[in-house]
Amino acid sequence: MPTPVLMPALSPTMEKGNLSKWLKKEGDSVKSGDVIAEIETDKATMEVEAIDEGTIGKILVPEGTADVAVNTPIAVILASGEDKSSIKESGNGAAPVAAAKSAEAKVSAEPKQEAAQPPKLDIAPEADVPAGTEMVTMTVREALRDAMAEEMRRDGDVFVMGEEVAEYQGAYKVTQGLLQEFGARRVVDTPITEHGFAGLGVGAALGGLKPIVEFMTFNFAMQAIDHIINSAAKTRYMSGGQIGSPIVFRGPNGAAARVGAQHSQDYTAWYSQIPGLTVVSPYSAADAKGLLKSAIRSPNPVIFLENEILYGHSFPVPKLDDYLVPIGKAKVVRPGNNVTIVSWSIGMTYALKGAEELAKKHIMAEVIDLRTIRPMDIATVIESVKKTGRLVTVEEGWPQSGVGAEIAARVSAEAFDYLDAPVTRVTGRDVPMPYAANLEKLALTSVNDVVEAAKAVCYR
Amino acid sequence: MAVAKKTQPAQGVSRASEAGAVTEFSKDQELAAYRDMLHIRRFEEKAGQMYGMGLIGGFCHLYIGQEAVVVGMQMALKKGDQVITGYRDHGHMLACGMDPKGVMAELTGRRGGYSKGKGGSMHMFSLEKNFYGGHGIVGAQVSLGTGLAFTNKYRGNDNVALTYFGDGAANQGQVYESFNMAELWKLPVIFVIENNRYAMGTSVSRSSAQTDFSKRGVSFNIPGEQVDGMDVRAVHAAAEKSVAWCREGNGPFILEMMTYRYRGHSMSDPAKYRTREEVEKVRNEHDPIEQVRNRLLQKKWASEDDLKKIDASVRSVVNEAAEFATHDPEPDPSELYTDILQ
Ligand SMILES: Cc1ncc(C[n+]2csc(CCOP(=O)(O)OP(=O)(O)O)c2C)c(N)n1
Ligand SMILES: [Mg+2]
Repeated sequence: MPTPVLMPALSPTMEKGNLSKWLKKEGDSVKSGDVIAEIETDKATMEVEAIDEGTIGKILVPEGTADVAVNTPIAVILASGEDKSSIKESGNGAAPVAAAKSAEAKVSAEPKQEAAQPPKLDIAPEADVPAGTEMVTMTVREALRDAMAEEMRRDGDVFVMGEEVAEYQGAYKVTQGLLQEFGARRVVDTPITEHGFAGLGVGAALGGLKPIVEFMTFNFAMQAIDHIINSAAKTRYMSGGQIGSPIVFRGPNGAAARVGAQHSQDYTAWYSQIPGLTVVSPYSAADAKGLLKSAIRSPNPVIFLENEILYGHSFPVPKLDDYLVPIGKAKVVRPGNNVTIVSWSIGMTYALKGAEELAKKHIMAEVIDLRTIRPMDIATVIESVKKTGRLVTVEEGWPQSGVGAEIAARVSAEAFDYLDAPVTRVTGRDVPMPYAANLEKLALTSVNDVVEAAKAVCYR
Repeated sequence: MAVAKKTQPAQGVSRASEAGAVTEFSKDQELAAYRDMLHIRRFEEKAGQMYGMGLIGGFCHLYIGQEAVVVGMQMALKKGDQVITGYRDHGHMLACGMDPKGVMAELTGRRGGYSKGKGGSMHMFSLEKNFYGGHGIVGAQVSLGTGLAFTNKYRGNDNVALTYFGDGAANQGQVYESFNMAELWKLPVIFVIENNRYAMGTSVSRSSAQTDFSKRGVSFNIPGEQVDGMDVRAVHAAAEKSVAWCREGNGPFILEMMTYRYRGHSMSDPAKYRTREEVEKVRNEHDPIEQVRNRLLQKKWASEDDLKKIDASVRSVVNEAAEFATHDPEPDPSELYTDILQ
């Protein structure tokens, strides 16, 4: 029977792609592994390989077609002995079967749907952005890259180092173009040796340089955590103030999609415990840019926690020559007076969508983006709680000793009289991250969790 | 050419005995190797296809091109020997005799998977088959595998722990901490370095000061050998020798397998760091399966028809696994909170 070749999904986040080029034509024989076509995805150009032996019976989607949905039949392969006429009989019949099967699979394969779309919300620019400043739309990924590029232009001691940051252009393409602009002296590909290069980075910082160390993901920074804490965080203190480590450790933190227990972990609470570290975790592209620039200029070691799912989200960013966001300041992103919701990073997607849902139920939530976790701007949170009397914290990490626990303790201690309900935490479930689509969805925080928690503290 | 043609004696490596010419396989060995390698290849092709259909998510690292390594090594093992590896693990599990249905169902995250759908492509285990994972943190399996060997020594049996890792992993610090302990305590561990020339997009020459990985144990006095990892007979010969070395209580052994991965690092790797010609050349001139196939035909140990039959039976096993993995239900929601503690 003729086998349909379907538009493949080549990354966990791909929904459609452009069929840029056919490398085989109708009638060409192929064996499994042969590259038959090139497609462009959201991140890169990829090759499609044949999976069966035979000849290309028919090309169904011509090259140059944009936005071909995943699982669309793009060609038909004939097995030996079959000729083109069999396509009409069974070829078209075969395709929908395969497509239907995977459509059913897709339902369960998209646990991140609700977090994947940034809510439509105009986030007011920083108070000190001059009125009339032009706003440009860019992704978090681009904002981070621009921040590094601007700081590298400004200061010759700033360099970036990590696995695949240079020639590969970054495993998640955050360092795209930096090698081309700054050269291999300042954009350094390392071997896979996190403990070693993190220590080397701290050593370079002690020596007076300003390293940006990229961890491919923060899961791998666990290999290096001794240097982050024992070497970077404590040296200023241990040297009586003589030597500091002006270093930024950055990379994606938290769960991506379907990558399992060892690759899906939120380290915010871990690092936020350490005196000597600054911990930043932005949500919007503007904050990503302004905070990363501030982090690079900081004389102290900064843990800069990004999020893979947010990399592709777009936000307005002020078009200014030198846009800085101060470290240690939270931001009221949505005003309201019934309940305060505090979050940061990807948690903000749940918080903001939750707030929208709650508004429909006439519960007006004030949403605060913490942005910096250490030092924590608890004053802004308390200010809000004085008005609302209720507080919900939202994070992807585990509940025990999480950031929400810290916020709850501080607010209870400093604003107990203003609280009309117990502080409530929305967190990831207290389990290692499962792989199965349905279990992963259950393990993660959700918009519904936020809505339910807010309703509960409002006694609704 | 990237892949070494012959098993070479590693120079400057103490106690590495002369690696001889490739020992010919018997007809049965050739046929078994052919079938086992083809089984892995077809399984991986199917997995790639299912990933494209959205049935498999996250990271999925295919083993296509490297099949001779696990198949040749496994032929030298006996009951009780342990195997551990990283995330590129499907081939290792199939070679250990794990059920392709259970492996594929883990890839799709279903309840019939080896980890009940909780582990995924990178994290599978089978105590029954002595397969200890399935590890996502590059280099972690090296210390763990050394610990499995410690268990064997502690218990006083003559089992061997096969510890597989990549050329990229070979630069992690814990690898050398493990080498030192393994030799110091004469632990029966074979460090199988699968040198497929790249760690993600970084070629060996861009990551490694010493690119001859068989020499990485020199300062610890661990013998090492470079092996043509595309020739299953060479792998098998090296396996026999190193396994015997370990069973006799001589301590660890390093095998550097010169191999190649045909596909991208994972499914979402655009693979711009090497040319299509480079991949084609290895496929056309060194393919591990084609080599056996050609010998089988040349020696008239099998006809084209016989080989087609093998292919058909392998395909049907793989299709059955794919069917199972597509229709097996997802884990019960209550499984979210089980298996955390006993
Ligand atoms: C500690 C750690 N750092 C980085 C990664 C990301 N990563 C996964 S695989 C890989 C490349 C490993 O290459 P190699 O050891 O040669 O094995 P291969 O993939 O070629 O089989 C990297 C950098 C990781 N999983 N763990
Ligand atoms: Mg490799």
